[in-house]
Amino acid sequence: MEMNSPVGPNALDAPGIVGKPIDRVDGRLKVTGGARYAYEMQQDNVLYGFVVEASIGKGTIRSIDTRAAEKAPGVVLVLTHRNTPTQGTGNHREAHPVLTGPQVTRYGQPVAFVVAESFEEARAAAYLVDVKYDWSSGKYALRANVNEARVPKPNDAPAADSAVGDFAAAFASAPVQIDVTYTTPLQSHAMMEPHATLAMWDGNKLILHTANQMLNQGQQVIATTLKIPVENIRLISPFIGGGFGGKLWVNADAILASIAARQLKRPVKIALTRQQIFHVTTHRSDTIQRVRLGTDREGRILAIGHDVFSGNLPSEQTYEDAALQTRTLYAGPNRLTRHRLVPLDIPVASSMRAPGEAVGLMALECAMDELAEKLNLDPIELRMRNEPSEDPEKHIPYSSRHLVACMQEGARRFGWDKRNPKPGQVHDGRWLVGMGMAAGTRGNPLRLSKANVRLDADGKATVRMAMTDIGTGTYTILAQITAEMLGLPMERVVVELGDTSFPEAAGSGGSFGAGSSGSALFEACDALREKLARIAGIDPATARFADGNIASGEKSMRLTDLVGTGLDADGEIQPGRNNKDFSQQSYGAHFAEVGIDQDTGEVRVRRMLGVFTAGRVLNAKTARSQAIGGMVFGVGAALHEGMTLDARFGYFVNRDLAEYLVPLHADIPAIDAIFLAELDNESNPLKSKGIGELGICGAGASIANAVYNACGVRIRDYPITLDKLLTGLPMRA
Amino acid sequence: MKAFTYQRANTTAHAAAATAKPGAKIIAGGTNLLDLMKLQVETPSQLIDINHLPLDKVEETSEGGLRIGALVRNSDLAADPRVRQRYGVLSRALLAGASAQLRNKATTGGNLLQRTRCYYFYDITKPCNKRSPGSGCAALEGFNRIHAILGTSEQCIATHPSDMAVAMRALDANVETVDRQGDTRAIPIAEFHRLPGNTPEIETSLKPGEIITAVTLPPPPPGVQVYRKVRDRASYAFALVSVAAIVDSARGRIRSARLAFGGLALKPWRSPQAEQQLVDAAPDTSTFNAAANALLEGARGFGDNDFKIPLVRRTLHSVLAETTGA
Ligand SMILES: Cc1cc2nc3c(=O)[nH]c(=O)nc-3n(C[C@H](O)[C@H](O)[C@H](O)COP(=O)(O)OP(=O)(O)OC[C@H]3O[C@@H](n4cnc5c(N)ncnc54)[C@H](O)[C@@H]3O)c2cc1C
Ligand code: SF4
Repeated sequence: MEMNSPVGPNALDAPGIVGKPIDRVDGRLKVTGGARYAYEMQQDNVLYGFVVEASIGKGTIRSIDTRAAEKAPGVVLVLTHRNTPTQGTGNHREAHPVLTGPQVTRYGQPVAFVVAESFEEARAAAYLVDVKYDWSSGKYALRANVNEARVPKPNDAPAADSAVGDFAAAFASAPVQIDVTYTTPLQSHAMMEPHATLAMWDGNKLILHTANQMLNQGQQVIATTLKIPVENIRLISPFIGGGFGGKLWVNADAILASIAARQLKRPVKIALTRQQIFHVTTHRSDTIQRVRLGTDREGRILAIGHDVFSGNLPSEQTYEDAALQTRTLYAGPNRLTRHRLVPLDIPVASSMRAPGEAVGLMALECAMDELAEKLNLDPIELRMRNEPSEDPEKHIPYSSRHLVACMQEGARRFGWDKRNPKPGQVHDGRWLVGMGMAAGTRGNPLRLSKANVRLDADGKATVRMAMTDIGTGTYTILAQITAEMLGLPMERVVVELGDTSFPEAAGSGGSFGAGSSGSALFEACDALREKLARIAGIDPATARFADGNIASGEKSMRLTDLVGTGLDADGEIQPGRNNKDFSQQSYGAHFAEVGIDQDTGEVRVRRMLGVFTAGRVLNAKTARSQAIGGMVFGVGAALHEGMTLDARFGYFVNRDLAEYLVPLHADIPAIDAIFLAELDNESNPLKSKGIGELGICGAGASIANAVYNACGVRIRDYPITLDKLLTGLPMRA
Repeated sequence: MKAFTYQRANTTAHAAAATAKPGAKIIAGGTNLLDLMKLQVETPSQLIDINHLPLDKVEETSEGGLRIGALVRNSDLAADPRVRQRYGVLSRALLAGASAQLRNKATTGGNLLQRTRCYYFYDITKPCNKRSPGSGCAALEGFNRIHAILGTSEQCIATHPSDMAVAMRALDANVETVDRQGDTRAIPIAEFHRLPGNTPEIETSLKPGEIITAVTLPPPPPGVQVYRKVRDRASYAFALVSVAAIVDSARGRIRSARLAFGGLALKPWRSPQAEQQLVDAAPDTSTFNAAANALLEGARGFGDNDFKIPLVRRTLHSVLAETTGA
């Protein structure tokens, strides 16, 4: 099915299993250790690999002496650029060649791969590889090289620039102006499971157990890199311990293990160490963002501008599209957004949870807060005055948009009316207390997905697709959809994911996972219903499916009596006109209360609330968990996270979870997320929109705004750490 | 990690003798040592496991203090009722450190001997005088937000990361040791950790083969005990600055004050001059200022850590206000 027209009433509209807060179907497996991740797969005769990383930012390998490593106990192979076959090339979304030559283009680039009988032997030998480098001077820091910025030309992302009206003139003449620059730091996904692969060859067929979010895409990348046909590659990834974008593309673990396994004719296993992940895989670029808002005296936006600088390797076009939401969130006749990319000699920058919006809203929504203060307007009122009636750049309708309802409901529940708009007024002992809010939005993409569902004579339905569940709850919602559509209890549904031998699916990323895979499955179930109805001699239009029966009028038959030795059907979803004719976005309103220790500048979140609309909620529990997880991400982005670049070496200094700080339990207080009822008839057959990234969008800004409200110090350089606040806080008398 | 041999020590004397051999290293909880071995910052050829030695008791001393065995786990020490009642500052400092899992493993001896968290120390491809004497100090002109502002040298500006040791410094603890000859001694904690000077690789006054058997605490001094740890997140983060304070005050006068600081230097820091400013003085802003001025005499920032100077001043104010009720 192509999404070319609105979805009418369908089988999911009546209250049923879909939407219920059902526990994860894989929850028990996970907490009992029964869910096996890539590195846990057992294989006879397996070898272990360990990566040797470049310890310079840019230059060439002058010499590489592997003799000691080769002689070390247990070592069977040391791969370097001298003995690694040539591979296909492309940007990081197309190919991932490794050990290609003596050039070092970035810190942490693999320069050798040691394979041994045990992990410990491989790691010990890795330290014996003696690499000598000739350094060349590199460009590492974003700010220092911002003059080299160029217009990125990606082939798979929206255009770098957008313009409507005459921004410059409108801004210059606007009675009220805000012109502020915010910066966000380098961020790392910091997912729990490290990147890991077990590679083995069966003749010319490659089987990879690997942690990867988008298996079909991964298959392509591996095919291009290893120059083998896609059909010869099978990726298996039933469980993934988080990805957040860090496992969207293929990383060095998969390619190195594949090459070594081919040479050695034995299975090879590798997991990156926590420290290696920071350099060897991708990260989110830091950004420099200038936001300009010009309004009339009532706060109606006349001009809105957002300029974003981010960095990436010279060979890459991927940029942090942090101005995307600025193209659609607020009304205003004169608009300008621009993304510029600074070529840098540091590891590859790529997608991290809500690429663009996650950090873009941390600039835009704080600038809105600054504007509200300047106008002496309540921040919610300001946003309501700029509520657009259609997408202000594309001039197309929104498929559904209830941002105002989110803000109003949130304000009511949070007690927003108790906020003192004057900063620095509320004390609680040593603590200064403040409230902030921010709006959030995230695009709702749809991607090609296919599914197969089969009903067997024992009454069990089996779903198969090359979809992944990266911890979000995909298994559960797909089981719910199947149970609902076929009128079966949840226990009768088996969902099998994470294998490229199953029908192609979008994978997990960009908030398209549930909508795309769920819709393909919906279509498959619909097709199966039709088949069943025909066999039963029932008009599919009147057929009801419940309790393992198909019924119409007085007639009722057991499904198991209809399927013979088993009956299956395929389904497919594709984006269509609806994805061009409608602006499809999920929305949220975030509210935060923080306390700041006036003596030390320590910021601690006191409570948070997110109110969201994202079309049909498929599972109230997993949806809430996604939203809360996103909000926690927002806390980290606002207060804790950041890799520090040491521009002398071109490397990230803090590379473990003791030094790259993410929020912990103690940092996360009472936090709640609710979804307002909404159905989106234009999005997909489920009438849902993406939620995997929505929770983060705006969350950080609400905290930053609360920090300002608490103490009157506006920090425009994230994360907001105490050293930045300290000097602005008056000493207590 | 380099291959090593493993030996279980049966007696304290055996442990000391075994440790005297070059390349030998004691393993207690292993929470610091193993991390460093994985990164080849530490490359012992032999590990001496002392976990089976009878050093895991907290006992009363005849003077009315406590004797804490070197193997008493951080969790157990923090939860000990005698520690909680009489040495609240120590219990709080311990609980402010690391995570519950780490505290369950971490030992009293190992905690005192944990090594700096300087990023460059942890990365063997970077210059570091402490790890590799003479190679230079990458932190001096690098990222030094967590580094020292007092007692630094051109050779090294690292800090000692322990919270426990800061409380012990305020309590004037003694570190009891035994050496390979079986001789014992008690080292005042003030003399236990060393400032970097020209030999940042030498971190303590322990001699080769000398091992920690216990830490003794004198009877608790009078006064209110507070441990304040300032950090970037609410738990599981090292101190940017910490203060262990024991302040005795009444009727508008401070009778005595002991202040020890973490995050400022390569050892838990005490400033007799700062404490002197408080004795017999009124607990007010000018007194606190005088103490802070005395403490920060000679303090020097290295860029990213400049903020520690105002931060410690403010934290000291805050703690003194809390302990004196000012
Ligand atoms: C992520 C993380 C966060 C942490 N956060 C904090 C924190 O916030 N605050 C804090 O204070 N600490 C923190 N720690 C450090 C923790 O407290 C130490 O790792 C722990 O106390 C070390 O004790 P251990 O018994 O495990 O020592 P080990 O690792 O076993 O040993 C450490 C050193 O002491 C030597 N040693 C041990 N016992 C003896 C002995 N009896 N005699 C002679 N030598 C001995 C060993 O040879 C080794 O050199 C953190 C650690 C980690 C990993
Ligand atoms: S501060 Fe000390 S530990 Fe850190 S790099 Fe310099 S010498 Fe090494």
